[in-house]
Amino acid sequence: MKQKTEISLGDVASRSAQAESEIPTERMALNVGPSHPTTHGVLRLLIEMDGDVVTKCEPVIGYLHRGDEKIAESMTYNQFVPFTDRLDYLAPLANNVAYAIAVEQLASITIPERGQALRVLICELARLSSHLLGLGVYGMDAGAWTPFMYTFTEREKLYDLFEKLTGARFTTSYTRIGGVARDVPEGWLGEVKKFCNELPKTLNDVDKLLTRNRIFYDRTKGVGTISKEDALAYGLTGANLRACGIDLDLRKDKPYSGYEQYDFDVPIGSTGDCYDRYLVRMEEIYQSIRICHQVIDKFPSGPWYAEDAEKIFAPPKDKILTSMEELIQNFMIVTEGPQIPEGEVYFEAENPKGALGFFIVSKGGGVPYRMKIRAPSFSALSILEKMAPGHMLTDLTVILGSLDFVMGECDR
Amino acid sequence: MQTAPEFLRNYDFLSERETGDCPSVLCPADRVIEFVKELRDVHGYDMLVDLTAVDWDKESPRFMVICHFLSSQKHLYLRVAVNCPEDESPEVPSLAEIFPAADWHERECFDMFGIRFKDHPNLKRILMWDDYPYYPLRKEFPLAGIETPLPSAEIAEVTGTKVKPAPMMGGPFVAPAEGHVSESEPRARDESWTEDEPKPAKKIPETKRQ
Repeated sequence: MKQKTEISLGDVASRSAQAESEIPTERMALNVGPSHPTTHGVLRLLIEMDGDVVTKCEPVIGYLHRGDEKIAESMTYNQFVPFTDRLDYLAPLANNVAYAIAVEQLASITIPERGQALRVLICELARLSSHLLGLGVYGMDAGAWTPFMYTFTEREKLYDLFEKLTGARFTTSYTRIGGVARDVPEGWLGEVKKFCNELPKTLNDVDKLLTRNRIFYDRTKGVGTISKEDALAYGLTGANLRACGIDLDLRKDKPYSGYEQYDFDVPIGSTGDCYDRYLVRMEEIYQSIRICHQVIDKFPSGPWYAEDAEKIFAPPKDKILTSMEELIQNFMIVTEGPQIPEGEVYFEAENPKGALGFFIVSKGGGVPYRMKIRAPSFSALSILEKMAPGHMLTDLTVILGSLDFVMGECDR
Repeated sequence: MQTAPEFLRNYDFLSERETGDCPSVLCPADRVIEFVKELRDVHGYDMLVDLTAVDWDKESPRFMVICHFLSSQKHLYLRVAVNCPEDESPEVPSLAEIFPAADWHERECFDMFGIRFKDHPNLKRILMWDDYPYYPLRKEFPLAGIETPLPSAEIAEVTGTKVKPAPMMGGPFVAPAEGHVSESEPRARDESWTEDEPKPAKKIPETKRQ
């Protein structure tokens, strides 16, 4: 007969704690990406780990570099509009607007109220679409699948609206220098209004699924904290900067396109961790809806492009086909490009991902001499080297999700 | 609120630049560190939002580094331009010590223009691969690119491929009005070559890697 032996486990916790200091760990190099679900695009991370803790993280970028700045130097101002779609490809409309305003500032054109209101509306719709995707995949990075399905469904409705307005769902190319491609179609504003009325219901569902979710909270609270000083020093912008407690929103502080007429709040975080970045984006969606309602309620009538911008904005089609003068004007704009005076300009717009800046040097004529695109995601990723060390590898997934970057814009 | 004329009065090494938007000053390369420190600590320009360069081609000084500062409290932009003293091997002091944001922007500048930043902690290419021999945003670099070996020597050996220039050189594209539709695809104005018959090679001196 077998004899029974009693096995005692003793104090497991104290033993494992003791063992931990004894187990020699080996430094390990890990290569994440460039094609990896965590990296949201083609970002590559060279990571050094001590056990499960990241000791060094070096982002390697450039896998999506297309030379947009070089290309810009060889084509007319209007021809470059489709290239701006492909910067932050999650909010092409906002890029179109930022680019158009930069060139218009160089040419000292102001577009009429209707055009400005329309631009504000499409910027805010782009912000909705970008943040809806951003929050959805952020939830997914932290292990929550359902919110993604909810936000993606809403984003799909937005793309239908974009298609009705611009003719394209994704690569909209909607603005021209001095205006937009076409006026709003009939009944479109009503559809946007309906969408804005229905969106809060879904947002509340997402809010219930994520905001007080214990798992999501534990994975994001206190993770990836960025101090105010670091955020400024590394040039973070947009929601990433505001989550650190800095009140800087270019729509409020450097209003463009008539943003000063609209009433909205700028949400600010308190600690600058991943959870704050989530909360700030969530609140920004509600504020965007508020702006959309205000724009639609007092949507101005009148012209939607700068009528006095001769040699810059093409005249109406019916006049091109019937009048010699307008035909010549249109011909010149298409072949030689909008005539922009000599000078240089730097303009930043508050895009969903942060401040998208265009620095344009013109020597006159229809082609820029030099164009620099200041991408918010580029700056957001540069802080990774500083903030990642000390976190667990699994936290890195959440940190990347919370920064909400897009590689098309980072690499240009 | 400091506007450009006030800066000019306080710092005699600065000179004003003509500009249409924000105040813009030109700072000599050897004083830029001192000036930018003052900008951050005294004048409240606490963000370096952008740093880039312009290649003025035939002019001298050829390269100009341009930084944009933003004050997060006063919401003012300031443009600081720095001429690179030498045209052949341009070099300016690095701002990465004062603004960590400058780190990546300067690497990009080095990558695209070949401007070296003195005392930069990690000056290497950022968008192009490490062994890339040219500086693409210099004016003499053609839009289509220049044939170069693949970044990975192993793959190049097996496949025998190279990085080829894009078949689109020549600027604004033209479409012939006559002929069959398949013939009237927009194409480059320069028709001295096709994809089958390569373009006669234009010699561009390979930039020395330092």
